[in-house]
Amino acid sequence: MDGPNAPRRPLPNVTEMNQHFWRGGADGRLHILRCADCERWIHPYAARCPACGGSRIAAQPVSGRGAVVGFTVNHQPWTAGVEVPYVVAVVELEEQADLRLMTNLPDTPIEAVRLGLPVEVYFEACGGIFVPLFRTAKAAA
Amino acid sequence: MTRYAEKQTCISGIGQSEIYRRPTVAPFELAVRACERALEDAGLSASDIGAACCWPPTPTGSGSGQGAASIADIAASLDLKLNWHSSGEMAAQLSPIVNAVAAIAAGYADHVLCWRALGERWAPSYGSAAAATGGNPMMVPTGWMEFLLPYWAPSAAIWIACHASTHMGRHGITREQLSAIAITQRRNAALNPKAIYRDPITLDDYMAARMITTPFSLLDCDVPCDGATAVIVSRGAAARHLRQTPIVIEAVGAGAYDRMDTWLARSDYPHMAMHDAARMMWARTDLKPKDVDTAHLYDGFSWLTLLWLEALGFCGEGESGRFVEGGRRIALDGELPLNTNGGQLSEGRMHGFGHLHEAVLQLRGQAGARQVADAKVSVVGNGGGSLGGALLLRRSD
Repeated sequence: MDGPNAPRRPLPNVTEMNQHFWRGGADGRLHILRCADCERWIHPYAARCPACGGSRIAAQPVSGRGAVVGFTVNHQPWTAGVEVPYVVAVVELEEQADLRLMTNLPDTPIEAVRLGLPVEVYFEACGGIFVPLFRTAKAAA
Repeated sequence: MTRYAEKQTCISGIGQSEIYRRPTVAPFELAVRACERALEDAGLSASDIGAACCWPPTPTGSGSGQGAASIADIAASLDLKLNWHSSGEMAAQLSPIVNAVAAIAAGYADHVLCWRALGERWAPSYGSAAAATGGNPMMVPTGWMEFLLPYWAPSAAIWIACHASTHMGRHGITREQLSAIAITQRRNAALNPKAIYRDPITLDDYMAARMITTPFSLLDCDVPCDGATAVIVSRGAAARHLRQTPIVIEAVGAGAYDRMDTWLARSDYPHMAMHDAARMMWARTDLKPKDVDTAHLYDGFSWLTLLWLEALGFCGEGESGRFVEGGRRIALDGELPLNTNGGQLSEGRMHGFGHLHEAVLQLRGQAGARQVADAKVSVVGNGGGSLGGALLLRRSD
């Protein structure tokens, strides 16, 4: 998927509500909103904490570690220039069960992807956006 | 249980166009035909219609694509005089019905015309590489797609396949078990002259089918088509002397009790909004799953039907694979006849309203060769992901 003619990922507009997520990876870490009062992690955006109602919500870095809780091996060539098959996965971050991200695992062999696979985040820079991707966690490799 | 407004309403008319796999008749024309047929079926005229509801929000003048007929378009062609109209989201494909009940309860109308019109084969690039939003550099993902589309995931097939892998992996559900949905529905479609695919399929056919995105092969994905379905919801008292036996809306489910802003943030992932819709529906009726004679459950992808069976309580959590295994239980003569028209996998993606239309035919006793004997109560469940809606329907006698 590299090279000058590689297709560009469809990326959202960066706004006040999502900039911590899409730009936060500039420092190599994944940033997620968190309630300062009860420490609950919140993703995507909410202006009041769903657990305690608190309004002091700000982004903080997470460990970037998690596990694959769902995945599909896509064989359909939806997008010209994107080689199939490839994996689309759902990763649950270790900080909290409902912190789930859709992602790709381009560095992990397809046959190695399984439910429960420990993974860690890394980023692909696309313009000013840092797209969180995951790979097999080093400890588990 | 009489305090719920839907029990004072009914479905008084249904109409459906022809269903085409390939462009044949303009999708907007099909939408108008469906509405005309529903009026004719009920014995009403356009001047009796006081409100109109469709789904999804549809740009006027589009004439094809995901929504082939807006409210303004239909109003112009049928000369409707509307006190109220809505193409709001709420309960997925069943939103028009939920909205219609509210319009009647509010006194805006006695008869509400509802429709779902598809012109998917006419969408300029449907199914082609360019249709994938990822292939279009101008596409900027917004809303709940923001966190999905950047990952080369332009299709609901991928999003739902992820949920399916979690659920099937956790409960040991196999593709052989899942195959019962596609195979049984195809058997039903053989008895439905309108169905796009009517030739029987075997387990071998199923296992050999081209993989789209695991665990979904081509036979697990519904069939985009051109076609439209219209339904008239009426105040019960205003429908007593119409042409057809009124089908009472016993309970609606439009619940949304968890996060809707991505498909992944629900506290109970891989559950979906359908679980909330089902919960709300059963809370508004004394009837129970054991009272249901036919089930019409969304099958945009086969696994969604399994999840609907669990969400509605026809079997326990994780038991849907064993429930449908071999197909006997869900066959036309089984204990829970399921998607008796062939569903979207075989009849075509009439997008929820095909299921609703079939439920009404079954309850009226008008389902022809696929009629389930003495059907009195039917359930319709539509949607997946953060969209879900449910209806419990019953004969009025």
